[in-house]
Amino acid sequence: MVDMSTALSTLELPNPVLTASGCAAAGEELNQFFDVSEIGAVVTKSIMTRARSGRPTPRMAETPSGMLNSIGLQGPGIDSFLANELPWLKAHGARAVVSIAGSHTDEYVTLAKRLYHHPVAMLEVNISCPNVENRGQVFACDPLAAARVISAVRRAANPNVPIFAKLSPDVTDIAQVARAVIEAGADGISLINTLLGLVIDLDTLRPALGGVTGGLSGPAIRPVAVRCVWQVHQALPSVPLLGMGGIKTGRDALEFILAGASAVSVGTVIFHDPSAPMRIARELEAELAARGFQSVREAIGFAHRTSSEQAEFFAARIATTQPDVDMEATV
Amino acid sequence: MSITAVTQAIPVQEIGEIFDVTRLGEYTQFTVVAPGVAAGFRPGQFVAIAVGGPDTSMLLRRSFALYGVKPGGDFAGTIQFVVAEHGRGTEWLVRQQIGTKLDLVGPLGVPFPLPREASPAVLVGGGYGTAPLLPLAEALLAQGSDIELILGAATGSRLFGELPAKRLIGQVTVTTDDGSAGQRGWVTDPLPSAIERLGAQIVYACGPMGMLRAVGEVAAAHAIPAQVAVEESMACGIGVCMSCVLPVRGSDGTSKFVRSCVEGPVFEAGRVRWADVGTLPADLLGADAMGGR
Ligand SMILES: Cc1cc2nc3c(=O)[nH]c(=O)nc-3n(C[C@H](O)[C@H](O)[C@H](O)COP(=O)(O)O)c2cc1C
Ligand code: FES
Repeated sequence: MVDMSTALSTLELPNPVLTASGCAAAGEELNQFFDVSEIGAVVTKSIMTRARSGRPTPRMAETPSGMLNSIGLQGPGIDSFLANELPWLKAHGARAVVSIAGSHTDEYVTLAKRLYHHPVAMLEVNISCPNVENRGQVFACDPLAAARVISAVRRAANPNVPIFAKLSPDVTDIAQVARAVIEAGADGISLINTLLGLVIDLDTLRPALGGVTGGLSGPAIRPVAVRCVWQVHQALPSVPLLGMGGIKTGRDALEFILAGASAVSVGTVIFHDPSAPMRIARELEAELAARGFQSVREAIGFAHRTSSEQAEFFAARIATTQPDVDMEATV
Repeated sequence: MSITAVTQAIPVQEIGEIFDVTRLGEYTQFTVVAPGVAAGFRPGQFVAIAVGGPDTSMLLRRSFALYGVKPGGDFAGTIQFVVAEHGRGTEWLVRQQIGTKLDLVGPLGVPFPLPREASPAVLVGGGYGTAPLLPLAEALLAQGSDIELILGAATGSRLFGELPAKRLIGQVTVTTDDGSAGQRGWVTDPLPSAIERLGAQIVYACGPMGMLRAVGEVAAAHAIPAQVAVEESMACGIGVCMSCVLPVRGSDGTSKFVRSCVEGPVFEAGRVRWADVGTLPADLLGADAMGGR
């Protein structure tokens, strides 16, 4: 038996597998395939203040082991979210991590305030959005703008609710952005969002997506995501990380945990397999057990230890469990 | 005319085994043992299939309208669907043989609404779009409705379902763009006279978008409703990816992008803003929030 519990800052989770924002709506559809209260948490699709239509179709193009999307954050807006989706999650006993997005700092603040008195397990701040106050420069690509949003959200949000900043991999130095948002008051970091990509349709000889460019996701981006988790954990070893990017199996989830993630989110693979989050949680438990881990927590960041440190860890484990066996033998 | 919203079963994910593969013109017809999907099926619903096997590089499911579903009887727990090859996913699928296991999710989507009591109806299928109309025809006949079926395709080899349709209702009208089978022209050519001959109170259709739009216009000209099933590409089929949206006018007059996998695939033709598909109409709910991006 492996202890699967973990924590994201002050949020205790029964297991480390969550959904990824924008890939599970608000949990209701997936509840047809597994009990959403049994996974670590449901991360809702990014909500904004107003209803948003999203971009024109086509919105999706399949790529090798991945896909490109230009959904454009279609959503009902915060009023409808508070009236419908959030109460549904609460009624079904699911932990709700609410993702918020905005096109200027004030919009994030408004959302944090609106959510203040609602049953929110954690806020994930999607800062991979164009900042209209800075010529559409993506917040997450500008450490200053990212920090400004996070500190404003931290001040406006319920102080008992942890805040995670969700970072984009499309930056030169992700550890630098991570440091900026942690100094601004983030309790942890979610990474990674999609990578910017483009597919050309060879029939129309034009970009395949209505939004022209799109976000690349799925197993194709996994090594990039694991690298980002590794770098941020190395730079900020005490900061809890929620890792994601192409997780398809328990083995994939374990890679993220070993690189430094305290928990993981499953995104694109849900489209392929709606039962994936529960399946991955089960597979992860078996993968941990097979390697001699007794808990998720002891595997977090384990790949950063040298092989002799790792050997020492397992040797100490044997030393501490051995006397029990001896005592039993003498009783 | 009053129509009944049909109750919907919860979809299941199950591994189904291919029981039969038959080539039909340019199409491949599959019969798959999938009792869970078969159990809750209503005409108009579809199945979403994972393609490429366990280590596939193709993550998006492929969706197919269901027909020939046998919840009980001789081939109990089987489903049928027809695949037209167009792209790597369907290429993989048509190469699969009897005994292959497929990962299926279904039955999905809103089924065709049925008239509350027997009502004459014309059914119009374009290409493999005839598939979901076959079980619908059975259901309408079982209600005692008079029906006519019009099948069309670009060319004879792309017609589907002529034989089972004839077995079901005796006579069908066939049109092809090139005249290689039936009468030359479009399904909308014989549609008005079929509506008038039958005194039809409803039209049902499935096929390419241009055809559905045209069928909807003919029905509107006869002041009767048209319930049409769209063939959008559906990446997840279960309502979580938002890739399958169409601009649809609601009963309150507001237009929205709605998911064709869960709010469709069957729509009242008059509600779909066909001319705006692929664009972002300025009056769509939430279009103003897109900020010119
Ligand atoms: C269709 C789609 C929609 C997404 N929508 C959001 C979103 O609303 N907010 C967000 O923070 N991330 C969004 N993402 C990014 C995912 O949450 C995730 O960070 C990314 O896809 C990498 O994980 P994956 O490879 O497991 O999908 C979306 C991804 C996809 C594929
Ligand atoms: S196909 Fe994913 S939402 Fe419709």
